[in-house]
Formats: sequence, C-alpha cells, structure tokens
Amino acid sequence: MRKTRRTARAGVVAAAMALLTPLAACGGDEGGTPTINLYYAPEQNLQKVVDDCNAEAAGRYRISYQVLPRGADDQRVQMVRRLAAEDDGMDVLGLDITWTQEFASADWILEWTGDNKAQAEQGTLAGPLASAEYEDKLYAAPKNTNVQLLWYRTDLVQQPPTTWDQMIQQALELKGQGKPYQVITMGAQYEGLVVLYNTIVASAGGHILDDDGTEAVFDQGAVRGLEILQKFASAGVTSPSFTNSIEDDARLQFQGGNAAFELNWPFVYPAMQEGAPDLAAKVKWARYPGVDASTPSKVTIGGYNLAVSRYSKHPEEAFDAALCLRDAEHQKFSAINDGVPPTIESVYSDPEMAKAYPMKDTILEELRDPANRPLSPAYQNISTVMSATLSPPASISPEQTAKELRGSIQDALESKGVLP
Amino acid sequence: MSAPTTAAAKHRAEEKPLSKAEKARLSEGKRAERRLGWLLCAPAAIVMLGVAGYPILYSVWLSLQRYDLKFPDDREFVGLSNYVTVLSNQYWWTAFGVTMLITVVTVVVELVLGMALAVIMHRTLVGRGIVRTAALIPYGIVTVVAAFSWRYAWTPGTGYLANLFSDSAPLTERASSLAIIMLAEIWKTTPFMALLLMAGLALVPEDLLKAAAMDGATAWQRFTKVMLPVMKPAILVALLFRTLDAFRVFDNIYVLTAGANETSSVSMLAYNNLIKGLNLGIGSTMSVLIFLTVAIIAFVFVKLFGTAAPGSSDEGRR
Repeated sequence: MRKTRRTARAGVVAAAMALLTPLAACGGDEGGTPTINLYYAPEQNLQKVVDDCNAEAAGRYRISYQVLPRGADDQRVQMVRRLAAEDDGMDVLGLDITWTQEFASADWILEWTGDNKAQAEQGTLAGPLASAEYEDKLYAAPKNTNVQLLWYRTDLVQQPPTTWDQMIQQALELKGQGKPYQVITMGAQYEGLVVLYNTIVASAGGHILDDDGTEAVFDQGAVRGLEILQKFASAGVTSPSFTNSIEDDARLQFQGGNAAFELNWPFVYPAMQEGAPDLAAKVKWARYPGVDASTPSKVTIGGYNLAVSRYSKHPEEAFDAALCLRDAEHQKFSAINDGVPPTIESVYSDPEMAKAYPMKDTILEELRDPANRPLSPAYQNISTVMSATLSPPASISPEQTAKELRGSIQDALESKGVLP
Repeated sequence: MSAPTTAAAKHRAEEKPLSKAEKARLSEGKRAERRLGWLLCAPAAIVMLGVAGYPILYSVWLSLQRYDLKFPDDREFVGLSNYVTVLSNQYWWTAFGVTMLITVVTVVVELVLGMALAVIMHRTLVGRGIVRTAALIPYGIVTVVAAFSWRYAWTPGTGYLANLFSDSAPLTERASSLAIIMLAEIWKTTPFMALLLMAGLALVPEDLLKAAAMDGATAWQRFTKVMLPVMKPAILVALLFRTLDAFRVFDNIYVLTAGANETSSVSMLAYNNLIKGLNLGIGSTMSVLIFLTVAIIAFVFVKLFGTAAPGSSDEGRR
C-alpha cells in the first residue's frame, strides 16, 4: 500500500515535470540568442531552409519552425485569434497572399521600410509584390508564388487554344468524334472557383473592385466573365463532377483519360509522371486561355508572403530571418524540393531549375503579366460570398448575378454583410 | 453541464420525502435562514456574474457597433442596425430553420429512445453496472471524435455506411446531410436523456406500481397512467435541458459538413461571422439573438409547462 502510494506520487511529480519542461524551454530566450518563431504552413523541406538560415545567422537569432495546420482556413484562424489577443509568441508569419491586406489593415503586421524593404523588393516579380502591399506600403516579403497553366493532350489537340471559346469549340469537336474531350478544372464552391472566375474577369479586362479596393464595381468585363463561366459550365464539356471538384480531384479526373484539357497548378505534372506516365508523355502545356484572341490571358496568382507580427519581441531579427528564408538561394531550394515557384525572377534562369520545371518559361510568361485577386482587407468575406453566389456556375444569369454580387460585396466591404 | 444536472436531479429525488418535515421546523427561523442562504450563495453568484454576466453584457454592447477587426479605424456606434441586417438576411433564417428542425426532431426522438433506455437501465436485475456503462458510452465519447467517425463512415471509399446504402456521397446533399447530422446527435445524446429520465423513474414509488398491478392495470397502463404523471417534472427538466442544448448544435455540423449545402446552424453562422469574418458587430448580434431564443425557450418551458428549474422555489417544484 505504502509503496504504491509513493510510486503514484513519483508519477505525479514526473507528469508535472513533463508538463512544465516545455514551458521552461519557451521562456529560455531572455539571455542569449533570441528565438524567432516562424508560423508557416506545412512544407516538407522548409526545416532545411530554417537550419540553413540559423547557421548563417551565427548566433544572432535562432528560427524555430512552428508548423501550422494543413487547411488554409485553420492556418488563418489560428493566427488571427492569437494576433487579436496580442500574442507575442509569434514573430514571422506565413500568410497566404490574400490575407496580407487584412492583416495589414487590422494593424497586426509591421510595415517593411528602408533596407529591409529594398531587399524584399529587389528582383521580385511585380505581381507577387503587389499582393504584399496595402495602401502603397509594403507589409510582407513574397516567399513563393504560383500560377495555373493549360495542360493538353498532344495526341488529341494539334494547336492549343488561346481563348475560352476556342477551347470549348475544340472540346465539342472532339466530343463529336467520340474522342476524349473533357475540359477539367476546379468548380466546387470554394476558393478555387473564385480563382477561376477572377482569371476570366482579368483576362476580359474587367474589374470586381475599383482600384482602391473600396467599391464593388462589377463592370462590363466582370459581366463578360460571368457569361463565359456560365457558357463553359453548361456547354457539356466539363466532367460530371465539375461542381464538386477541388485541385486533386481535377488532377485525378484528367489522369483518368477522358479529358483533353486541364486547367490546374503545376503540381499536376510531376504527379502525372508518377501516377500515369504513359499519359504524361502525351501531355504538354500552354498559356492559360484568354477571352479575346488579341489579348493574352491574365492568370490569377497564388503563393505565400512572409510578414512580421506587430507583437514580436524581436522585430529586427524577425525581418532578417524572413529575408533569409526567402532569398534567391532558398527560393531555388524550395522550388526544386517542395514545388513552390519562386518570386524572384532571376531564379528562373538558374540551370538547376530547368530539370524540375520544364514548363518554367510558360510560368514566367504568365507571371510577368498576372492578375491578383481583389486586394482588400475584406477579401475573405468577398471570396466566401462570391463562391456561394457563383456556385453552381451553370445557373449563373450574368446581369442578375452581377447585380447580386455588387450588392453583397459592397456590404462585405462595409462590414454589413452576413457570411453564409 | 451534464454532471451538475444529474446530480441536481438525483438530489431532488432523494430530498423530497424529507422536505415536508423540514419545512415545519424551519418556518420560524426562515428570515435568518434566508439571509444565510444568500450569504452562502454570494460567492457563486459573484463568480457567475463575472464569467457569464460580463460576457453577455459585452456582446450586447458589441452588437450595437460596427466593429470589424479588419477595419479597426471604422469602429462606431450603429444602434440596432446590425439587428436589422441579420434579421433581414436569408442566410440567418435558413440557419434558423435548420436549427429548429434539428432541435425538434432530435429532442423528440431522444425522448422516446431515452425513455426506453431509462426503463431498461432501471429494470435490469443482472449486470446492472455493465448495462448502464454500455448505454452511457456514446455520451462519454468526445463529440468531435464521434463526428469524425461518422464522417468517415459516410464518405465513399473510406466508409462502410456510405457503401452500404448507395454509391453516392450522402454528405454532399442537403437532405441526407441533415439526416446524418441528426442521427449523430441522437446517437450521442440519447444516453444523457436516459440518465435524466432514470432519475425521474426513481421517483416512482414501487408500492404505487404494485397497487396498480393489483387493480388490474396492464403494463402499458401502468406506464402511461402511473409512471408518466409521476415523472412529469423530470421529463420536463430533461426536455428543457436537451432543447437548450440541441439549439446550440455546433460540433457535429462543423465536422460533418462545415455548413455546406445550407446545413449551417445558427451557432455555425455566428462562428463564421465572428471568427472567420472577424466581424465582431454582426457576430455578436447573432450571439445575442441565439441567447434570446434560448431564453425564450427556457421561459416557455418554465412558465407555460411549469418546468421547475433545479434550485427554483418549492411551489414550482411540486
């Protein structure tokens, strides 16, 4: 009896120690090297970049990579909740490019100035850089970007289409001949549908918001975009599960062999080489189709930016750490090992890039003339409202839908909107 | 919530025979007793005011403002305009309808199943402990964990239930999603209902049942004419608690559909606007409206049906 009680007590003490030890480790950065907590989405080889930067810092700071959840919403919610509570345990934040304006407007991230700003801007592509700005000030350093391409079957398509009309036409012809004809892309009610629509609108020269991002305009081009999206969805060229597909579903549908075209991010190519090598040998890429034959497409970019938290205890070191994580050398490493395209233009001409990115010239061509999603602090709300209104795309009635969106997005901009 | 509830219900059940004798003894010192009672309650009351009263008042205050964390500079007092926005919004009323449907269906089904389970648990002679434990297992599982296993079970490819019934994905359509959400809720909380009702069953004197049997009442008659009337206070308390709980349904929906295909409850909507949308004004308005609805439900139960909330006066308890 006595012995068991003592054992139990020892167990309790051990448990208490186990609970307290990590806390002690957290508080241990007072004296020596400051710890810079990097909160970033899961990226398989990012730890190697972090280790590299820690070695370069030579004791000035030590980055600790805190892995955020996999889902984008979960990442944002965690950071937002902690920033609203003025948590000083976060230093460098990995932001999806569409969150940057929101965090800047909420006063949660620090402006980049002087030397840091110059370094972050040097050689960086204009599109990704614009995604890191708010009210003409820089609030983040673009870490990586991304852009969708048109993938097509060379055994079915001689000349890749340059417009949506051409693509639909070619698909219908293939359908008439009884060949694989489908055009595969993402059409579920989520961010991917907004990206699709945004690309069409930008290619048509239209605007969702005005240039200040404070007024919902939905001009002629935006209505044109609705027409094209509706036509595409109801032309009988999509896959049956178009309205339920996200990125990976689309990839698998194309690999299934019933499709002639796919609009998707570059990750599909290495995946296809692994999952369907016979098909991959027949697949090539081209610039995303535009709206008018005379004007090339403007494609929506994705990617991540690095920002420094306002509540960081070591902002100076945090800026340095962020710059190190996204410098040309490390962007190249991440591009090759984790498949995230660089934001620094010169990296694309590095000979090592050619093997991992055979399509890099097309990517760069699109990146030099890209489209951003509406740059507004209320983007999250705008996107939720848009995907709900645009889904399912076949039942869009352009003028009516545009009017509806104009109203609900204006409400979102004025904090009057209700999110579904 | 469950532990104090059941404890209170049991307490009431055991205390009842004593109360009459006690009442006579206490009448003269009633005033002093009452003062002591207040003093003893004071610490708990103060803590309650701090942890419940303050947040409620703060949400009411927030609901009267335009307050969006994204636009900290645009914070202003807007009166009741947030209420106009929410109450004239179709998303809100859709979610309200969904929540009401879930509440009514689950509570009714739980009452029937819970009663059956309570009788079984009450009447079991052999292995009573094991029977009761087994019946309570679903209630002991964390709701989110249970919801995940339901989700996987209903996902084609990973789940046994999805393949059993059809090849489609039931969680991508509205009617089947709602049915699954309700099924998960019922499976999860029927044991709680049974537990509350079992406390009520303990109120039914064995002699009364024997006497009724003697007079020739069938089992069904004994159940409807003897047990149910005696149990009425316990049933009403169980219904009240479950209704209030069911109206705030969140976790099952969050995990199973995340509100897709118009399956959001009002709590989901408030979460989306508060946490995802960062709109403290609109989100707090929704929270206040949910609070008011819950208050109305409780009022209806207590005043119209004569449900005695634990701790209310003797007259109400009867």
